[in-house]
Order: sequence, then structure tokens, then C-alpha cells
Amino acid sequence: MSGIHDFTLASARDALKARKISAVELTDAHIDAIERLDGQLNSFITRTPDQAREAARASDEALSKGEGGSLCGIPLGIKDLFCTNGVRTTAASKILGNFVPPYESTVTANLLKDGAVFLGKLNLDEFAMGSANLTSAFGPVESPWKRRDSDAKLVPGGSSGGSAAAVAAGLVLGATGTDTGGSIRQPAAFTGIAGIKPTYGRCSRFGTIAFASSLDQAGPMARNLQDCAILLESMAGFDPRDSTSVDTPVPHYEAALKRGVKGLRVGIPKEYHVEGMSAEIEALWQQGMTWLRDAGAEIVEVSLPHTKYGLPTYYIAALAEASSNLARYDGVRFGERVSAPTLDGLYEASRAAGFGDEVKRRILIGTHVLSSGYYDAYYLRAQKVRTLIQQDFLKAFENVDVLLTPTAPSGAFAQDEKPSDPVQMYLNDVFTVPASMAGVPALSVPAGLDARGVPLGLQLIGRFFDEETLIAAGHAIEQAAAFHHRPTIHAGVSA
Amino acid sequence: MSYRITGSTGEWEIVVGLEVHAQVVSEAKLFSGASAEYGGEPNTHVSLVDAGFPGMLPVLNRECVAQAVRTGLGLEAEINLFSRFDRKNYFYADLPTGYQISQFAHPIIGKGKVLVDLADGSTREIGVTRLHLEQDAGKSIHDQDPTRSFIDLNRAGVALMEIVSEPDIRSPEEAGAYLRKLRQILRYIGTCDGNMEEGSMRADVNVSVRKPGETEYRTRCEIKNVNSIRFVMMAIEVEAQRQIEVWEAGGTVDQETRLFDHVRGETRSLRSKEDAHDYRYFPDPDLLPLVIEQAWVDELKAALPELPEAKRVRLEQEYGVSRYESSVLCVEQAIADFYETVARGADARLAANWMLGDFFAALNRTGRSIEDSPVSAEGLRELLGLISDSTINGKIAKEVLEDMVETGDSASAIVERKGLRQVTDTGAIESAIREILAANSDKVEEYKGGKDKLFGFFVGQTMKAMKGKGNPALVNETLKKLLSE
Repeated sequence: MSGIHDFTLASARDALKARKISAVELTDAHIDAIERLDGQLNSFITRTPDQAREAARASDEALSKGEGGSLCGIPLGIKDLFCTNGVRTTAASKILGNFVPPYESTVTANLLKDGAVFLGKLNLDEFAMGSANLTSAFGPVESPWKRRDSDAKLVPGGSSGGSAAAVAAGLVLGATGTDTGGSIRQPAAFTGIAGIKPTYGRCSRFGTIAFASSLDQAGPMARNLQDCAILLESMAGFDPRDSTSVDTPVPHYEAALKRGVKGLRVGIPKEYHVEGMSAEIEALWQQGMTWLRDAGAEIVEVSLPHTKYGLPTYYIAALAEASSNLARYDGVRFGERVSAPTLDGLYEASRAAGFGDEVKRRILIGTHVLSSGYYDAYYLRAQKVRTLIQQDFLKAFENVDVLLTPTAPSGAFAQDEKPSDPVQMYLNDVFTVPASMAGVPALSVPAGLDARGVPLGLQLIGRFFDEETLIAAGHAIEQAAAFHHRPTIHAGVSA
Repeated sequence: MSYRITGSTGEWEIVVGLEVHAQVVSEAKLFSGASAEYGGEPNTHVSLVDAGFPGMLPVLNRECVAQAVRTGLGLEAEINLFSRFDRKNYFYADLPTGYQISQFAHPIIGKGKVLVDLADGSTREIGVTRLHLEQDAGKSIHDQDPTRSFIDLNRAGVALMEIVSEPDIRSPEEAGAYLRKLRQILRYIGTCDGNMEEGSMRADVNVSVRKPGETEYRTRCEIKNVNSIRFVMMAIEVEAQRQIEVWEAGGTVDQETRLFDHVRGETRSLRSKEDAHDYRYFPDPDLLPLVIEQAWVDELKAALPELPEAKRVRLEQEYGVSRYESSVLCVEQAIADFYETVARGADARLAANWMLGDFFAALNRTGRSIEDSPVSAEGLRELLGLISDSTINGKIAKEVLEDMVETGDSASAIVERKGLRQVTDTGAIESAIREILAANSDKVEEYKGGKDKLFGFFVGQTMKAMKGKGNPALVNETLKKLLSE
């Protein structure tokens, strides 16, 4: 058994093609790992072992004929924000009840078309609203990592916390995530894995439950960037059912790994040296610059002057959209209904019972910033600032090819260290939000451990639709960092 | 002549603006592929997008955009090459997503105008403020169960054009004329069937009153969802009356939304300004701004059918019909087309006469429309041809038309079958007249003594004797000759 959990997605793919292992073997090993470990991690909301085995058998049949797509027989986990045909989809909320969509999201349909095997639906913050995976109606996800000096339960980050934990613990070879303000990158950094938030419009949003439509973007999470590249190539592509999806060819991302960074101009945004940033994070950042410089890149300081407005404007723009997007959860057509004598009563009772506190808080904020009398001061101004933030990036990219920053201001914290002030929690997104606001692609790669043995990540931000340069630069960091640490809880290690 | 209402303090002027919701003629809904057809079993024309299922996204139907542009061109309006869809947020059971997609800040069509014809022969220009595209909501059904309401989403997501007029309307008559003209234009262009009974055209009516000479508007009330032209006119009248009574009693009119109850002939408050929804409009992030090309607009313009106003003028000039006749013929495009088919190859003025007279009477009598007329345009043209070439006279032609309506036979077949061919044989006419004159020698004497009016009597008697088939001109001529002998 020991070898099977050492596979990366890419090496498993090659072994499957070479018939060194079977898809059924690979899938069974992962189902077994989930059964062993996920009682503790809680990274899955819904497991689909029967479906997975059936898909694995079909994969083996295809592989034996020399057929099968790029992901044939690869066991994956799906963030439970993607609608999956015939499989309960919850958004980690009670309000959806036992909702089973009769349709498949475009992103998961693309993965299935390429032969992927789905092991189940992964936990997340309710409606993707959170940075620690503590707001799920199905309970928090525990990170597979432990600090060297304590047994405290760490958070996996959020909102794609289930995806991050499952990948890090070896329960899946890769997972889908969604990123609205950092929900792929921050949990990737917290759990020592790689994650890409592609350019807005690269992956279709059709069939993905919306948080903030102008920011939501699906992306891959996996143990390294090669795996992410393989997944992204399958997930991405124009979809006429999503008006914001962009009709531009999807490159062969995996090939970009070998490009190298010689002559690449790497920008260091000076505004990201935020006040109170820990020395550890600062040191990691410097280390990243050194690695890239040693690999042949040129390090250039740049300015993104509107960075400090990123977080407040994000929380206005995103929550305004969320307040409207979540209006459809009213207990009338699907999901949980709490009866009441009047229609308004039914709405109030259903929504009061169905939504958790953080979601309610965000709906209230979003409703407020759109209200008559406040619209101009909040929503409209935030939109203007958003344009300025985007211009910051466009201007910087006239001079540099990618930007390098830390992914998060700290390593993972413990579940019981959760700040009581929600705004303090929102600060987790300070480095990831600006790229989301601009719509440009960004990724996080593991770069080291903090003093207590918890992973830290570095973020790279790129030009519109230039995920390839990001992947090339990210891979240079991967090679230099040689991050081979494993979490305490891992399928290949006796837990 | 201005319309005035006389109250206890003197005369009042009314100020009216109309917001017309016109359902767009299209195969599919505004943002989904579901059928936009009227009717159907409840909830059979519903896609997952219309029902607001998680993860579903709107995709704009280009044909609906084309229909809006065509309508804008028909209203001689500014076509905005940039427009945008906004969300109008409110909770209701027949609004599945919790928001209606509409165009708030940037409508697709800007300022335009509608020329309306009034009964006194005058014409007025009513300004159009804007036209925008939006989704219709579903339907709540409250009368099927004592404790529950049912929802039919067939209509949810169907494209509507909201056409907003300037507050230029000054009388119920003008409001009626505006709606009729607007409906006529929409039907001509084929962008809305204008069927108010099926709800494919509905109006919100904004009414205020003021003293003649006042330049500011007073507070207005909005009467929601009035579904016939007659009710719009009635609602304006009673609402104006109500407001005048409020002002004259020393009160103030509150801005509010009201309902028109046509049974009781009154308007009732629905909700006050304080209870008004805060719709929290903001740009729909699921949709890109709508950017269209001038070249496309030009293409649509070139393909536009002739509009009512232009057609009316052309018919007058081309066929020599009166303005009145022309405007009646142009009420519906199908009527004008029918007329032109008849008039090409027949006496055009005679054709107008016959269409407005006996032909419309026949349609009314049989309850048929121009589209399923019992007599084809070609058939009517043949009949008129028989008059023009003196095969039959006008009186016989009326009889033939009736027969055509009943039997569907052609005019010439009926004339042959019934032997109605006009007698132009002067010998036959002369002998018939001689018999009449001989039988009425007393009257002949009176006529010769100066009682000219008796000429008509002799004509009548002759025609009667000839079973109406005498050629009227020949009968006249021969009578004159023989009476002067």
C-alpha cells in the first residue's frame, strides 16, 4: 500500500497509462484513505464511493483499449459548490437541504469528459464565505497539519478548506476549488499544496453556486503545479452558457512548466509590505525573490498604490452581489422550507433557519451597501476603486511579467484561535483580494514552514490569460523550495 | 380644444404619463431557451434558469434585443449602442431569483416620439422617454386552494419592453389615442402582438392634476397594471376627479401606487411611498454590458416594414383616397395590404369605398377578421372589376358580395349563375320604359307639368321591372329621351 499514496496526479496518470496500476486499485486506495482519515478531517460532505468505483472500472476498460482522456482514472474531490448531476449539492449550507441537482456544472462536466473519477463532495465555508472553513453547516474541516509543539486543531483555510485538506492528506489526487477573494490560494498556502485562481472568465461559472458573480472563479488545487496545470487544462474553456466566460483558446499548461524564468521580470509590490507583517513572512518573501533571481529572473520593485483599498472595496462589491445572489434561497422551490402563515413569514423563517451567522452577516452588509442613500457612498465608490485597482495591475504589467507576494499574512491558526472580530478574520485575504478585484490570474505554491512547522505559501500574480507565465515562475519556486514536507495526518503515513 | 375638468374652484388640467409593458414577440425567453409562447399547462415553459436554480446563469437572447431596436426605430428613437442590465431586487413568490433583470441606468432605447391622431382631426406628438428590456415575472394563483397559493412560471423570464412616455398626455382621449397608435406601431413591426386581454400589453398610468397655466407638476399617483385602453381612459378620469377633490378640500395628494377597480369605477391605494420597495438596483454581474454595432442597427432599419404614418401618407398619394379613408385602411397592416391588393388593378377609390363600407360590414356580420376574411382580396377585386366594366351595377354588386360571403363562389360565377348581368341592350331598356310610362300616364303628365322629382320614381319603377339589372346610365338616358318625346 505504501507506494500508492506517493503518487502525484501526473505520476498516477502515467502509471495508469502504462498499466502499472489500475484505476480501480487507485480509487479503492483513496476510498480506503477517506474511510480511515476523514472521520477526523471532515473534508467530505458527501462521499460517492460506489459511483467512483463504477467510474474507475469504466476508466480501466478505456485504458485497456488505449483510450481515455487526460484524467482517465484519476480520483478527484469536488468542492461542494459545484452542482453535480444526481449527487447532493449543499454549498455547506442547511438552506439547500437535500438538494440534488439534475444538471452538471460545466467545470465538473469537463473533468468527467476527460475521465476523472469523483470521490465525493468536499466541505467548504457556507456559500464559500469564510477564510478558515469554520462556517460550514456540516462542521469545520480540520487541517491534516499539526504544529510541532501542540496538538491543537488547525484550520485548513477557506473557503476551499475541504479541498485543501483532502489534497494535503492524500485523500484525493486533486480537487476543484473556487476563489472569490483568495479561497483557493489561502487554503493552498495553509496546507502546503498548490492552487491556481485562473483569469476571471477562464473557467465557466455555469452550474457553480454563486457567491459574488463578478469575482468567483473556479480553479485547481493539487500537490504541485504540474498537477494543477493538468487539471486546469481540463476545467478551462469557453462556455456559451456563461456570458462572462471568455472565448480564447486554452493552452497546454503542462508544457509551461519547462519554460523557466530566465529574463523574466518579477515585480515586488511595495505596498504589500503591510504594517505588522511578521518577520517570518517577510523572510519567506525575500527567499522567494532570491530563488527567482538565482533561476535567472530579474526582481523589480513596483507600486500598486490602491492596494490598501482592496480589502474594504472587496467586502462591499462581493457582499453586494452575494446579497442578491442568495435571494433565490427562499424555501419556495427547493431546499428547506419552514412554513409560516404569510409569504414574508415563510421567507423569514426559512432563511433564518437555513443560513448560518456569517452568511446572514454578509447578506445584511451587502443589502446595506446597495440600499437607497448608501449606494453611492459604498457600492458605486467601491466599483470606481475597483477600476483603479485594476489599472494598478495593468500599469505594473507594462513593466513586469509577474508579481511575487506572500499568499497570506500568517500560517494556519488553530480553530480556537479564530478571531472574534469578523474584520480581523477578513484580513486573511489582504494579499489575495486585489488580484481577484482586478480579475487577473494568481497562484499559490508552498514555499516553506513557519517556526512551528506549519506551511507557508508564496503568491504569483500574472497578466490576463497568462496563466502559463505564472506556472513557469511558480515551478521555479517549487524546484528551489523543494517542499517535500508531509502533514501529520496523511494517507501514506499511519495516522 | 383643451380637455378640462371643472371642480368647485374652477378648471383643472390633467397630466398623464404612461408606462407600457409590451411583451416581445420571440420564440424563447429573454435569458433562457424556454418557450415564450402564451398559454400552455402551468410550469411547462420553464427552464432551470427561469426557476432560479443554483448555479444557473442568464444568456441574452439576441432576437429580443433586435426586437427592442426595431421598436426603437419605429418610435424614431435614439438607439443606445451601449446599454446594461441591472438587477431589481425584491422578494416575491413568482420571482424565483429574488430579482428581476431589467435595464435601469442605461436603457437600450432613448428619447423617441409617437404622433397621435385625435377625433377633431388634429395631431399631437407624445414624447417617449425611453424603452428598456426586462424580464416578466411568473404568475401567482390564489383561487385554487383555501390556504395555499400556486405559482405558474410559464411567463417568468419572458421578454418585456417597458416603454415610458413623457408626461405629455393631457386628456383620456389622448391616452387612448397614444395606446392605440403605439399598439399599431408594435403590430406593424411585429415586435408585440398588442393583445391586452392576454396581458401582452399592460399599462401603468401616472396621473396628476394642476390648474391651467401652472408650470410645475403636482404630486402624481401611479395606477398599476391597467389592461385595456378603455380602462386606462376611465382610470385617468376617476383618478383625476379624486385628486381634484382632494386638492379642493384643502388636502394634498400623496405619492402612492393605486389600483383601478373598473367594477366600482374607482382607484384604491395599494401602497404609499413610505412602503415603496427599495429595489437596490445594481448592474447584473452575470451579464456583460450590451454593446451593439451601428451597422447592425442599420441592417435592422433597412429591413423594417413601412410604418403606419408613412403608409397612410403613401396611400393618400398613390391611390387618391382621403386622409380619413387612408388612416382607417392603415389601422392594421393586414387591412392595408388587403386594400392594396384590391386597389392594384381596380378603381382604387371605389376599392376604398367598398372596403370601408360593405366589406367591413360583411366582416363584422360574420365575426371574421381580415386574416380569415370569407372573401379574398382577389375576389373583391374581381367584383369591383365587374362594376367598372358595367357587367353589373353597384346595387347588384352588393347582392353578389353577400352571395360571395355565403357561398365562397367567385363574383363572375354568381353573376352567371343568377343571371345578374346588367342589361345594356337599349332595345330591352326602351321597351321596359315604354311599358312603365304607359302604365303611369298620369305621372308622366305631372312630370311634364314640372314635377321633376318624379324622374326618380320612373327610374325606380324601371329598375324594379328589370330586376335591378338595367344599366343605370342607359336607363337614365333612355328615360330622359322618352319623357321628352
